[in-house]
Amino acid sequence: MALLTVEDLEVSYGLIRAIRGVSFEVNKGEIVALIGANGAGKTTIMHSLCNLIPKAKGKVTYDGKDITHIPAHKLVPMGMAQVPEGRRIFCELTVAENLKMGAYTRSNKAEKEKTLEEIYARFPILKERSKQIAGTLSGGEQQMLAMSRALMSHPSLLLLDEPSMGLSPLYVNTIFDMITEINRSGTTVLLVEQNAKKALSVANRAYVLETGLIVREGTGEALLNDDAVIKAYLGG
Amino acid sequence: MNTLINGLCLGGIYALIALGYTMVYGIAKMLNFAHGDIIMVGAYAVYTTLALTGHTVPAVIVAVIVCTLLGVLTERVAYRPLRGASPLAVLITAIGVSYLLQSVSQLIFGAGTIPVSIGNWGTLELMGISISISSLLTLGLCVVIMVGLSLFITRTKAGTAMLAVSEDRAAASLMGINVNGIITLTFAIGSALAACASVFYLMQIPAVSPTLGAMPGIKAFTAAVIGGIGSIPGAMVGGILLGVIEKVCSSIPVLAPYTTAIEFGLLILILMVRPTGLMGKTRREKV
Ligand SMILES: Nc1ncnc2c1ncn2[C@@H]1O[C@H](COP(=O)(O)OP(=O)(O)O)[C@@H](O)[C@H]1O
Ligand SMILES: [Mg+2]
Repeated sequence: MALLTVEDLEVSYGLIRAIRGVSFEVNKGEIVALIGANGAGKTTIMHSLCNLIPKAKGKVTYDGKDITHIPAHKLVPMGMAQVPEGRRIFCELTVAENLKMGAYTRSNKAEKEKTLEEIYARFPILKERSKQIAGTLSGGEQQMLAMSRALMSHPSLLLLDEPSMGLSPLYVNTIFDMITEINRSGTTVLLVEQNAKKALSVANRAYVLETGLIVREGTGEALLNDDAVIKAYLGG
Repeated sequence: MNTLINGLCLGGIYALIALGYTMVYGIAKMLNFAHGDIIMVGAYAVYTTLALTGHTVPAVIVAVIVCTLLGVLTERVAYRPLRGASPLAVLITAIGVSYLLQSVSQLIFGAGTIPVSIGNWGTLELMGISISISSLLTLGLCVVIMVGLSLFITRTKAGTAMLAVSEDRAAASLMGINVNGIITLTFAIGSALAACASVFYLMQIPAVSPTLGAMPGIKAFTAAVIGGIGSIPGAMVGGILLGVIEKVCSSIPVLAPYTTAIEFGLLILILMVRPTGLMGKTRREKV
């Protein structure tokens, strides 16, 4: 069953049409990857899904509701959370305050506390550093914090924009393990990545984006073995 | 000693006003040039309520309510439609709001200066020096208000959300924070502080006119810049520093005529050494 459906999405920056009619869907329980080169329009799609930038055209449905024009802050309590490109943690706040902001829309104290305990159990380093200013964390720790912060809202759908960007190989593995684990515990994931190989290996299905258009789609496995994809994105 | 207390008093007033400038700048990313005129409206509210009831407490309450509503209203009507517009357009709008408030006050109350009698509670003998009770009250309440504000910002969810919006608006909205709501809250708090400042200002200079807000407004803005605009502790430090310097300079006969020049000279000097102000941070610009 489709949790997120995007129909004929178009986004423009002034006269530049960055997204030129894109349709895709994410089913409940899946990890869906959206891969493409730098500048293909991945971040533009992610931002427009949450209305951080306006859509020129198209319709977005989430959990049966039309969310085409619902502002970002109202999507969070509906169960849709996004970890934006470049992490965007609050560098001047502490680790604990960042996590608290992630749970901003939740009111049940006991449930929030439970989520926090789960996160601290999974990432003891965040607990150790809870009083530390987040800007002083390493890149990998910041990415962990950004994803944990999004999880604090207890999302049904998690949008991840290049979570492995700029991280050392060790952390890239940690982050991808984390994605699989998040998915296994019941959260649907839409994953945007330039690291196509890694993304395709964890994804159930994937779409290939090229200059604002979807040019290929299939299961992760099929695309990993697709000659054109290998040539363009997997360094074949 | 008395000079120092007077300086701290004036500094407290500047700090309260500077907090409004700095919070709005930090969170809404705009210079609210009409902020000084909120003080003026607060002063007229005090004057009117005093004339009607003769009591100080209702006057203060009415001033706080009127200023808070006015601050929220100007944000809603004048500034919110310009969200995302060029900073210059917003600045010009703020100057427009400033003139509008002055003109409306002039229409209602006339252009002249009206005396206001508030806070004549005499003096207190303390360790051989006499201090006016209204000064002590100003000082005490300024400290209470600033401590309260600091606790609100650092200890409450809404306060932390204000810091989050100030740092990264888009990321904050992805947390479910209603950015417009936080900006409204910021204007409400800033204007309520301005109302308090107007009461304390009237205790120092007991007269009200349509241009009353101009001088304390510009001084407090200077204080906010000295402290580092956008920084809350900076506004407090900058305000108190400026108030003390002003009172100390004007108590020394040789320096007295140059007081204002010295204050702005200090601003230039500090900006030359530390372009972001005493406690300001160099921020990275984000989308
Ligand atoms: N704020 C902007 N203004 C104008 N053009 C932009 C802006 N952001 C992105 N673009 C353009 O839109 C296209 C897609 O960018 P983006 O969505 O960031 O790609 P990706 O995330 O796939 O690397 C690029 O050509 C980029 O130059
Ligand atoms: Mg991108």
